[in-house]
Amino acid sequence: MSDFFIPDPEGHSPSVAGYFGAFGGKFIPEALVAAVDEVAAEYEKAKADPAFAAELDELLVNYTGRPSALTEVKRFAEHAGGARVFLKREDLNHTGSHKINNVLGQALLTKRMGKPRVIAETGAGQHGVATATACALFGLECTIYMGEIDTERQALNVARMRMLGAEVVPVTSGSRTLKDAINEAFRDWVANVDRTHYLFGTVAGPHPFPQIVRDFHRVIGVEARRQILQRTGRLPDAVAACVGGGSNAIGLFHAFLPDTDVRLVGFEAAGHGVDSGEHAATLTAGEPGILHGSRSYVLQDDEGQITEPYSISAGLDYPGIGPEHAFLKDSGRGEYRPVTDEAAMRALRLLSETEGIIPAIESAHALAGALDLGKELGGEGIVLVNLSGRGDKDMDTAARYFGLLDGTDGTDEKQGEQA
Amino acid sequence: MSGASGNVALLEQTLARAKAENRAALVGYLPAGFPTVEGGIAACTALLESGCDVVEVGLPHSDPVMDGPVIQTADTIALRGGVRIADVLRTVREAHAATGKPVLVMTYWNPVDRYGAERFAEELAAAGGAGCILPDLPVEESEGWRKAAEQAGLGTVFVVAPSSQDARLARITAAGSGFVYAASLMGVTGTRESVGNEARDLVARVRSTTSLPVCVGLGVSNPEQAAEVAAFADGVIVGSAFVKRLLAADDLEAGLASVRELAAALAEGVRR
Repeated sequence: MSDFFIPDPEGHSPSVAGYFGAFGGKFIPEALVAAVDEVAAEYEKAKADPAFAAELDELLVNYTGRPSALTEVKRFAEHAGGARVFLKREDLNHTGSHKINNVLGQALLTKRMGKPRVIAETGAGQHGVATATACALFGLECTIYMGEIDTERQALNVARMRMLGAEVVPVTSGSRTLKDAINEAFRDWVANVDRTHYLFGTVAGPHPFPQIVRDFHRVIGVEARRQILQRTGRLPDAVAACVGGGSNAIGLFHAFLPDTDVRLVGFEAAGHGVDSGEHAATLTAGEPGILHGSRSYVLQDDEGQITEPYSISAGLDYPGIGPEHAFLKDSGRGEYRPVTDEAAMRALRLLSETEGIIPAIESAHALAGALDLGKELGGEGIVLVNLSGRGDKDMDTAARYFGLLDGTDGTDEKQGEQA
Repeated sequence: MSGASGNVALLEQTLARAKAENRAALVGYLPAGFPTVEGGIAACTALLESGCDVVEVGLPHSDPVMDGPVIQTADTIALRGGVRIADVLRTVREAHAATGKPVLVMTYWNPVDRYGAERFAEELAAAGGAGCILPDLPVEESEGWRKAAEQAGLGTVFVVAPSSQDARLARITAAGSGFVYAASLMGVTGTRESVGNEARDLVARVRSTTSLPVCVGLGVSNPEQAAEVAAFADGVIVGSAFVKRLLAADDLEAGLASVRELAAALAEGVRR
């Protein structure tokens, strides 16, 4: 029995056609059907193979450093209405985010399928870095597609990927962010599918990716649930995570699905505000549609053209969302709220100054949301937040936002807006 | 309800006539709204007047995942110009009305899903359209659309790929109508140096599952390639090569002359 790879014991699998309620499916060109079916078949075989779980567990413990810590942040929580706040420290994983959980699992699948090459998309660069890392470890060729805008705002991660031996391709089409990186990765996959696995980085995309990526991230919630029970003797009132495509959120939420008293709260990027039109708040402002191979909520116009999202956070700057989140929203089990750039950046600075932990800007959206949740819950409340990644990669953006480099140390918002 | 006013029968007759003439049909593709709505209508009409038997009008999309850089560029120009579905339908209507030839729409699924499959099918049929090609709508998800299309008298053309296994091919071709679109290679749209043997093998495998005509697309750009494909396929589909000519032209008039010249050369190619 595996300690870490525990896929879906509660039976929340999608239907045979890949649907979670009305969301999911497999809207892909015929040229990719055989490859996607191969991934699904290989995953089913791997799940049934104890050797697969054993190999993955060994990596998660001795390479990634699992289990990740659960840290109570008391000084931060003073700003959260007195509620207790705990952070699930996925930032302490090797490579600095939760992404490595899924990447190691899919890299093992790639080996099993006998494919020598891996491609992946990346927004903030965390999935790209994790993928480049696994490819270095397993001796796989690696090409990472990254929107040109993201290569600029996450330049450190571009250098990390190249250091790890990966080819990084800046994508110049469309909005030049995560959405377009995924488009370009699909184009590569169609042309090179015989020898290439598309190591999809979030719980979106065509079936079976939403299920596979979720299963590999379930470990986050499984550990956190055990840890919080040990530490507090009870379950939290709410678990909170940022939501771009939704991988770290589903990883945390999933083990708590049967605990109906635990609220599952996802925080999506509201950019300059949902009313401004410049945001990536897909579940708040989107409508059902098809993007990147599955039906889910999508930011789109009245004729089904995908609209360009905006967020200060490259990892949340995406006009889609994983289909299981769409299902959780519509069923009422999950709650999804928007968090602006400004609130997220304030929370980033607060956690840094009160706890000595610099979070990724993505994760800072969940922290900002947790401050509100704590105030709503009051002094008896317990909030568990997924700290999905560390903020080293964001220092350039944060330094410019707060004016840390020119000595003015400007926290004023005008300066931030110009950043 | 407009009833079954779509022109799938015209498409079938057109392909049958080409076969009776012992040649392959020439199928051209251009996105609507490119370089402008009026320019796109003129270009689609020019293709049909100059040698194309059938035209596919592309519905430009923000995220053309199966298209290479040439068609991506054209889609972006069309969308920046503000092209709407009404403009796509007008392009179909005017190109068909001017020539009496069959015109299809090629589109990603989300715009149709969002517009409403029945509404889109009815309006496309009312515009004189012959059918629709939906390359990211797999057969498993297509039942609702096919019902709407059939009711409206439209064909549903499915794309098959070299990676399609025989059992799937049979299932796909059984669900399709008009013709089968065989992708000549594994990849996105765009011109290629050569059209490989994969296409010939795929066409043979498709024929063992269906009596529908089989047209081959992806990568064909010149009369030599058209002649090569025409030797084993019922139709030759050319898209990016036409788009490239319009992109390279100094103005619309020069562009139209250039696509007319290419259509005529390709029409000669499919008759060799």
